[in-house]
Amino acid sequence: MSVEITGAEITVRCLQEEGVNCIFGYPGGAVLFLYDELFKQEKVRHILVRHEQAAVHAADGYARSSDQVGVALVTSGPGLTNAVTGIATAYMDSIPMVIISGQVPTEAIGLDAFQEVDTVGITRPCVKHNFLVKDVAELALTIKKAFYIASTGRPGPVLVDIPKDITQHKTKFVYPDKVTMRSYNPVVKGHVRQTKRAADLILSAKRPVIYSGGGVILSDASTQLIELTKLLNYPCTNTLMGLGGYPATDKQSLGMLGMHGTYEANMAMQYCDVLIAVGARFDDRVIGNPKHFSNENRKIIHIDIDPSSISKRVKVDVPIVGNVPDVLKELIKQLKENKTKSDQSALKDWWKQIDLWRARDCLKYDRESKIIKPQMVVEQLYNVTKGNAFVTSDVGQHQMWAAQFYKFDKPRRWINSGGLGTMGFGLPAAMGVQLANPKGRVACITGEASIQMCIQELSTCKQYGLPLKIINLNNRYMGMVRQWQEFFHGNRYAESYMNALPDFVKLTESYGHVGMKIERPEDVEGALKEAFKLKDQLVFMDFITDQTENVFPMVPGGKGLSEMILV
Amino acid sequence: MENEAGALSRVAGLFSARGYNIESLSVAPTEDPTLSRMTLVTVGSDEVVEQVTKHLNKLIEVVKVVDLNDGCHIERELMLVKVRAQGQDREEIKRLVEIFRGCIIDVTDKSYTIELTGTSSKLDAFLETMEKSAVLETVRTGASGVGRGDWILKV
Repeated sequence: MSVEITGAEITVRCLQEEGVNCIFGYPGGAVLFLYDELFKQEKVRHILVRHEQAAVHAADGYARSSDQVGVALVTSGPGLTNAVTGIATAYMDSIPMVIISGQVPTEAIGLDAFQEVDTVGITRPCVKHNFLVKDVAELALTIKKAFYIASTGRPGPVLVDIPKDITQHKTKFVYPDKVTMRSYNPVVKGHVRQTKRAADLILSAKRPVIYSGGGVILSDASTQLIELTKLLNYPCTNTLMGLGGYPATDKQSLGMLGMHGTYEANMAMQYCDVLIAVGARFDDRVIGNPKHFSNENRKIIHIDIDPSSISKRVKVDVPIVGNVPDVLKELIKQLKENKTKSDQSALKDWWKQIDLWRARDCLKYDRESKIIKPQMVVEQLYNVTKGNAFVTSDVGQHQMWAAQFYKFDKPRRWINSGGLGTMGFGLPAAMGVQLANPKGRVACITGEASIQMCIQELSTCKQYGLPLKIINLNNRYMGMVRQWQEFFHGNRYAESYMNALPDFVKLTESYGHVGMKIERPEDVEGALKEAFKLKDQLVFMDFITDQTENVFPMVPGGKGLSEMILV
Repeated sequence: MENEAGALSRVAGLFSARGYNIESLSVAPTEDPTLSRMTLVTVGSDEVVEQVTKHLNKLIEVVKVVDLNDGCHIERELMLVKVRAQGQDREEIKRLVEIFRGCIIDVTDKSYTIELTGTSSKLDAFLETMEKSAVLETVRTGASGVGRGDWILKV
């Protein structure tokens, strides 16, 4: 006979059963019993953040850089509302995550109790699913379902709202081995006949392009993507979310595509005759104006686990719904068995055309500049870390330069908020990355505007000794806003200049870390080397960069992919 | 769909969040009390309806989605309408109700309350035949639909 234990203990036991090593959170009234149980055990480590948004971003970074489900724990009311930005960030990028939120006691729900909000209602549009637990007997099964839903199919955040009285009620603890739900059965294997059609189409291509996205990273399909690309000798471009899925330094890589993608990637997308989309969703920042993009002579194959991603913005000729690595394995098998061979002379001409586009050297910048160029800092970071670091970013120009100039050769190394575009993401996400990869070198590329949205987390980093390297590309502007104002709003820099910035060196030092200010291009490499030598310390590098630098190429909003503004 | 609190608001939320249109929506538990059956009427191009169907299928609590327009189907809506009925009008309204195969279910010396069932367009047609000023109150349930013949929607 097993003894009855409280809902709080059940929750912690569930986390242990799921193999959760590390959770991120912030205590409060509604979750005190849960914290009491966390206190009594050592298997699940709790990381105390300074703001609930950071708890969710950190759990997110933890999930993105490992293959684990991220877990965050927040209290009711403001604890939850603070977490919403983080939850929406994870939702937009399909990150597997479980958020446990405290709720006022069941009998107080609906009575405008202290620290009460309708958590399930507020989070409904930005979670894959959410639950309000109404009976302690359902608690363990609900948490099991939460982990199952979060990590299967197209992943996403799942929230479990637990009223305080449920954490006190007692029942026997049984953790189910597996869970089956009649209303949730994600498709795994792709349709074989569709895959055959895809193979025929792929081999008939004269100007093919493989376009891979975040789905390749999330489903750990990098190996299969590389095998496919190498087998065919076709060019491959990665989206912002897909960087590292195909190695950036490989000669078949066209680099990133999209609004700030390379000239060669965007031109190849526009003018290819067969497009093989893998775990990508044709979003507005990737293909620009869908009317301009559409082309009757181009056939599109789309492999994705989410049926609703297919033919959403762009009409697809051969859809294959399924788990990307499984579909790619089947596709590779089909291609090998297929008697047709691809047209090698057409392919040769296509590569010739691509080389002409490459010769445009679209990522060039002034390397002789007397002021630090932000691109140069990222390049130096790449050199100093030998391309082996985990890199997180915030949102804006620095994010795009990081994506363009740090050549990611491995998946799960590039961690950024692609879909929602959340400023403040970089630092807390880096904390999660460092905790998931204690031996990894973790850099956070940020800007002076973004970093201030979650700068309080420098305190968390001190508490847990997280030796992050923060690269602050400080141009005294909200750079991307300024760039759009320069291009599209007649140089009227409305509210995009910050003239009351803190002394970041002193600020960092006050948190107990090392701060550096770098103002000359010749000091950049040395500073980075010195920072990475300080293995156990967080170093904040404040690089004073060129205020006028813009991100090129650029596809203006609403324009077509081939209508880029170039340097 | 699962007969659970919040399932309906997920469906309604999906439509408002993605800018789809709900013409009508009717829902109630089925013979299996763990399941609810919802009939939802929407308008949109084939592409939009396809996306609506896919997104509905993604909702965790939705067990199965069928587009009744893919095959033959029967659809009925219930309307309760209170009309002003005085003097000569009382007979005329009674005749109209008979023609539309409705019935009068409540009577006062000034009004009738009429129950009418049919396709949504039949109910519209009835209202059009009534003088606008005579209609005091209408209550409609929205359409419920079921496939024609032996075909059944089974989980």
